Order: sequence, then C-alpha cells, then structure tokens
Amino acid sequence: MRSQEARSTSSCAACKLWKRRCTPNCIFAPHFRSDEPKKFAKVHKVFGASNVSKILIEVTEEQREDIVNSLAYEAEARLRDPVYGCIGAIALLQRKMIQLQHDLALARARLSLYATTYSAGISNPESHRFRTVALGEFPVACGGFMDSFSQTCNEVNQDAHI
Amino acid sequence: MSSGRCAACRYLRRRCTEDCILSPYFPSNNPQRFVSVHRIYGASNVTKLLLQLPTHLRAEAADSLYFEAQCRLEDPVYGCVGLIFMLQQQIHAAESQLVKTQAEIAVMKSQGQNPEAQQAEQDFNNLLLQQSDNDAALSFPNQVSSGFI
Repeated sequence: MRSQEARSTSSCAACKLWKRRCTPNCIFAPHFRSDEPKKFAKVHKVFGASNVSKILIEVTEEQREDIVNSLAYEAEARLRDPVYGCIGAIALLQRKMIQLQHDLALARARLSLYATTYSAGISNPESHRFRTVALGEFPVACGGFMDSFSQTCNEVNQDAHI
Repeated sequence: MSSGRCAACRYLRRRCTEDCILSPYFPSNNPQRFVSVHRIYGASNVTKLLLQLPTHLRAEAADSLYFEAQCRLEDPVYGCVGLIFMLQQQIHAAESQLVKTQAEIAVMKSQGQNPEAQQAEQDFNNLLLQQSDNDAALSFPNQVSSGFI
C-alpha cells in the first residue's frame, strides 16, 4: 500500500504552485519551503523555474542555498524596480562610497593639518597640500560600466516620483 | 530576409517581425548579449518585462538585465549581489575610518588651542568654502534611486 505521507502538506513552494506532487529528489524542495510561497513566486516570475533549476544543477549542494538567496534578492529588486533592479542599489552604494571617500580625504587632510601644526608649533601656510590628498585607498567596485547607470537612475527616479 | 533578424530571433530561429519587441535592444551585431540574457532570464520573461515598461525606459532595462546576467554568469552563486556585498563592506570600512579620523581630530583639537593652529584651521575652512562654491555648479544629486537597501 502506498504511503500517503507524500501527499501531505510537505510539498515545496514550487510544487505547490504547480499543483504537483513533490518528489523526494525535487531540486527546489530544500530551498523553497512551503511556508515561503512568495519567495519562489518572485524567483519564478523573474528568472523562470527552468532557468533556476539549470543554475542549481550546475553547482554543488553546499552552494545552492546561497544561490537561491541571491536569486531571491535579485528577483525582489527587479520586481520593485523593473527598469534597474539591483543596478539601482549598486548605483546608490557607489555614490555613497564616492561621498565617503571625499569626506575621508578631507578628514585626513584636516588631521594632517593638526598633526603638522602641533608638532612643528608654527603656522602652516601650505594649504595647497590639501588639494593633493589621494582618494585611491578605497577603489569603488565596478566603476566604468556603472557610471552611465548612476546618472540615469537619478533622472528616471526623479520622474517616477512626480 | 534572414539577415534582417535581430539577435533574439536569430537565436530562437524565428521570423523577426517589424514590431519585434526585442530587436531594438538585442541587435544582430551582438549575439552574445542576447545569449547571456536568455540564459539567465529566458526570452519570454525578458519580453514580458519589457512589455510592461514604457518605451523610453526599455533600453535601460535591457542594459541592466544584461549587466545582471553577465554578473550571474561570472559568479553563479552571488551574481551582482556579490557586488552589493562588496560595496557595503567597503562603505562600512570607510565609515569606520572616517569616525576614527574624526575622533583623532577631536583629540588633537582638545590637546591645545594655540593661535597658529586656529589660523591654520580657519585657512583650511576657507579653502573648503572656496572649493564648495566652485563645485556648486556640478552639484551631484543625493536622491535615492532605489529604496531596496
């Protein structure tokens, strides 16, 4: 007699969505639990279940949980911002990083000013030195390609908020 | 006739019609662009996504999909989320450095207020004001592009 346990509510979110029986070797089951239906729905909407399963099959089991979480993150971002998805977040972080680099350079210049003045005990007229403080200690990730998105993201989102 | 097909229709082996939604963004001279996007998102999902957007935003959307697809192909585990993590870490490190430097400045200032130091600081502040006036024309916007993070 067949066990009826396979027909219990242990179906994963994917099989629940497709209204099919969830088999023991279902590739989605370990990562899309039945109590997280939205997670799978979002990933499926953006990437498609077929593409997700292809990605999962190509990696080791240990990596699959991280993949699923990053796909869910990207899918969420894309559904919130269909034009830029995660790129919008990256552009925002880049701008923040550039501002921080600027602030840090200024702070270091100011600190250098104090250190020089207090140690020498004389007025430091070399204010031109502050212009040459390097910004390169924290090279911002993914520069060139992102520059065009950074500017356009602002323009588009300003329009969207009107 | 077949030479007029866009990269998408060529890859999918179908006729490329005049109103093909993918053809403006996946030209035939860059087949790899469509292959990357199709591998990660699938042509059907890309088409649905572009269809829901106004025409003037579709080019940016296609570019961002391509960028994310490339990130995912290069890093199948984290994709472009890996970049976000890296930037967040860099920002955290830079913020820590900034706080530390500002604390050192506060210590230096408290150690002694002599006229030379005060003059030097005033010169420094004046210089900053001058530079900020010069930069006013450039003024980069601070608006948030995405509330996701």
